[in-house]
Amino acid sequence: MTPFARATTALQLLAIDPVRLGGMVLRARSGPARDGVIALLPDDTLRLHPALPTEALEGGVDVATSLAQGQLVRHRGMLSHGCSTLLLAMAERTPPLMVTTLAQALDSGSKSALIALDEGVEEDEKIPFALSDRLAFHLTLDGLGQADIEPMLQSARSAELGSVQTPDHAIDDLVTLAVSLGIDSLRAPYLALCAAQAHAALSRRSSVTTEDITAAAELVLAPRATRLPAPPEEVDDAPEPERSETPSETPENIALPDEILLQAIQTALPPDLLAKTGSNTARNAKGSGAGRKRVGNRRGRPLPARDGAPRGDQPRVDLMATLRAAIPWQGLRRRETGHIGARPLIRPSDLRYKRYQELSDRLLVFAVDASGSAAMARLAEAKGAVELLLAEAYARRDHVALISFRGAEAELLLPPTRSLVQTKRRLAALPGGGGTPLAAGLKLGLETAEQADRRGLSPVLIVLTDGRSNVALDGSGHRGRAAEDSTAVARQIAQAGVETIVIDCGKRPDRSLSQLAVSLRGHYASLPRADARSLSDAVTTALDS
Amino acid sequence: MKQPFPFSAIVGQTEMKRAMLLTAIDPSIGGVLVFGDRGTGKSTAVRALAALLPPIKALKDCPVNAATLAESPDWAGVTRKTTHKIATPVVDLPLGASEDRVTGALDIEKALTRGEKAFQPGLLAQANRGYLYIDEVNLLEDHIVDLLLDVAQSGENVVEREGLSIRHPARFVLVGSGNPEEGELRPQLLDRFGLSVDVTSPTEIAERVEVIKRRDAYETDHTAFMLRWQAEDAALRDQVLHARKALKKLKAPDSALHDVAELCIALGSDGLRGELTLLKAARAYAAWRDDTALTRAHIRDVAPMALRHRLRRDPLDEAGSGARVCRVVEDVLG
Repeated sequence: MTPFARATTALQLLAIDPVRLGGMVLRARSGPARDGVIALLPDDTLRLHPALPTEALEGGVDVATSLAQGQLVRHRGMLSHGCSTLLLAMAERTPPLMVTTLAQALDSGSKSALIALDEGVEEDEKIPFALSDRLAFHLTLDGLGQADIEPMLQSARSAELGSVQTPDHAIDDLVTLAVSLGIDSLRAPYLALCAAQAHAALSRRSSVTTEDITAAAELVLAPRATRLPAPPEEVDDAPEPERSETPSETPENIALPDEILLQAIQTALPPDLLAKTGSNTARNAKGSGAGRKRVGNRRGRPLPARDGAPRGDQPRVDLMATLRAAIPWQGLRRRETGHIGARPLIRPSDLRYKRYQELSDRLLVFAVDASGSAAMARLAEAKGAVELLLAEAYARRDHVALISFRGAEAELLLPPTRSLVQTKRRLAALPGGGGTPLAAGLKLGLETAEQADRRGLSPVLIVLTDGRSNVALDGSGHRGRAAEDSTAVARQIAQAGVETIVIDCGKRPDRSLSQLAVSLRGHYASLPRADARSLSDAVTTALDS
Repeated sequence: MKQPFPFSAIVGQTEMKRAMLLTAIDPSIGGVLVFGDRGTGKSTAVRALAALLPPIKALKDCPVNAATLAESPDWAGVTRKTTHKIATPVVDLPLGASEDRVTGALDIEKALTRGEKAFQPGLLAQANRGYLYIDEVNLLEDHIVDLLLDVAQSGENVVEREGLSIRHPARFVLVGSGNPEEGELRPQLLDRFGLSVDVTSPTEIAERVEVIKRRDAYETDHTAFMLRWQAEDAALRDQVLHARKALKKLKAPDSALHDVAELCIALGSDGLRGELTLLKAARAYAAWRDDTALTRAHIRDVAPMALRHRLRRDPLDEAGSGARVCRVVEDVLG
């Protein structure tokens, strides 16, 4: 199947069994191919977007009408409209609250199929796992243009879904395949089975055949693969295995289904699969990936109500405050309008809205200098200090990211996470040696901080270095240029408004570092004879001030 | 509404099922915390358990499912003694639930239309005598968590807000589930759950195939599937009822108490809640097994789920605390 045919097939299957299949994740930027797919959606499609308030989804009290009519008027939520398709744009930005609402609707057998459009550009922008796991089809339209659009094959009326028989080996095949592709969730093989049954009904067959299983595997299982259906050791050893390479050997306990099945799968495997498998982060990426998408602001504690609709997107009327504001005027209003009865007269100007105080989560970005000079001086001590800070970060429920810079470049060892175990492991494995590319370290720190900022975290950059910057941004070992570069990046950081703390861990305090802290508009702590404990205290003091 | 998936048809997950049955036998054990991968049947198990349990007798029109007039709060205005049987309530607490929705609040409709001050019961009232289920409990807002803790502890919901002063019984078993990779639970909350279990996806192909098969049968051939498992569910139900009776007569010898205390000291768990829960869980387990006295074997079997989450945690410790508990159990109980 071509990528576009996959999308049209998925839509047809969704039309047959929307309840069990849930929906589809469509990864595509706006373009003719995406428009082509959206044009195929049924007419009664409702569009959702991540900023919708929960009330719009689940229904709630219609305040304006309630006040006007003097009785409680509720409006129905979009989830209970009973339309055949819901289209969620910018699904990668869905906040956790909405994810749960949608997931609950999917679990309770919502009649509407959910099409989640994933428009993520960055690698870390992905649809929350809790949502994507419940949607059967994961498809991508990236790189398709006008020429790839094919008309949907209009099939004659499909067979009755209930009458489709499923042979036992079909289930065995799908489960085995899911395991060999490294898919942990049990929802995946189940959704694949549903897809196979729907596909059989689409093709007017009374029983699930190999063709249906192949289609289901291609549409449901292949995009979720976290590894090739071959022993992982082989993948690691091979320098650059081709994607179309058929596995030469199968693990003993896993009997792979038919060759045909595998070939179909491999055309549909995600292109970045090897990039994920090659590094040993594949397993970890699953965990921290889920965590990263979910971070965001807590919804906060209530504050006193105020009048005037707030700027936020979820104005909620504080009833008591509203009544309290209306009561002093009742006598006047009654005389004015001649109203009789117990009902209070409330005007729009009485409305008071609830406010919430949002506490943003903090992210500590540690940029650790692992160059030769720092390693000589006290890399071990710096590591110890970071570990102490980590324990404190745990107590404050902060997120942590780890950057190391040495040799010619900086490296993001650990993307923002709350998993301290991982941080500690990466930190312990941190090697030392090479030049000091301070500018590169600062630049990566800035990028990480900005990304976090966009996701609603408040980043703090903590730089541990001995200050002898000797590698410029372009990787050349020109001392003067290196210093210029790091000052330039430092100014950028200051402009971006990222909080910084510079910790000098050289043998004696370095003038250039206190100047760097000035350009960063950050705190500076010099620790010539510091031990881990005092380093940690210095940071805590700087953070609290 | 489709009948929930039968409890006896859930494949594997022995520890989770056991923990849930123990709370059904003795609700005072406290809640169950289920941590683990997605798609392992956490929420299915909770709903299945409620369907498995025998129906409860409750006053008609009583918002808190009270069994007698004395238990029904005054504000509910229930005057007739007629009772009816209702299924054990299971209430889902959505992550985004507001405080009003959870505790109950002023009835907007009555306030607006009739100018009356009336109380509209919230989720806590609905969950009385049943189960309160929170998916993704680790992502729940802090102030809602505080509120739940307070109510779960006291068994009573006190509403003092918006000019209302209301109280009603709210005794429920708190069941929380979540994925620890997405954020940890505060230790204060951890401690309030009686039992804690870790679930993982099954690793055996055959087991996974069986899960999918049963799920498919449940969806496609619903009536036949429910009929097929009816007898087994009924047997489980009888066993629970029997165990509830047996629990009253069960003796806990001093040696067992000694074992429990020694175990908790060796593990260094804070406070005495660990001992109490372990004892209760072990007694419920013995009643479940239809044994007449509490023995070491019972304690050994339930110790991991009762104590796992009570250890003082080193945030940088990689090994799971379950392993630590098992090791200490080996040492102490031999």
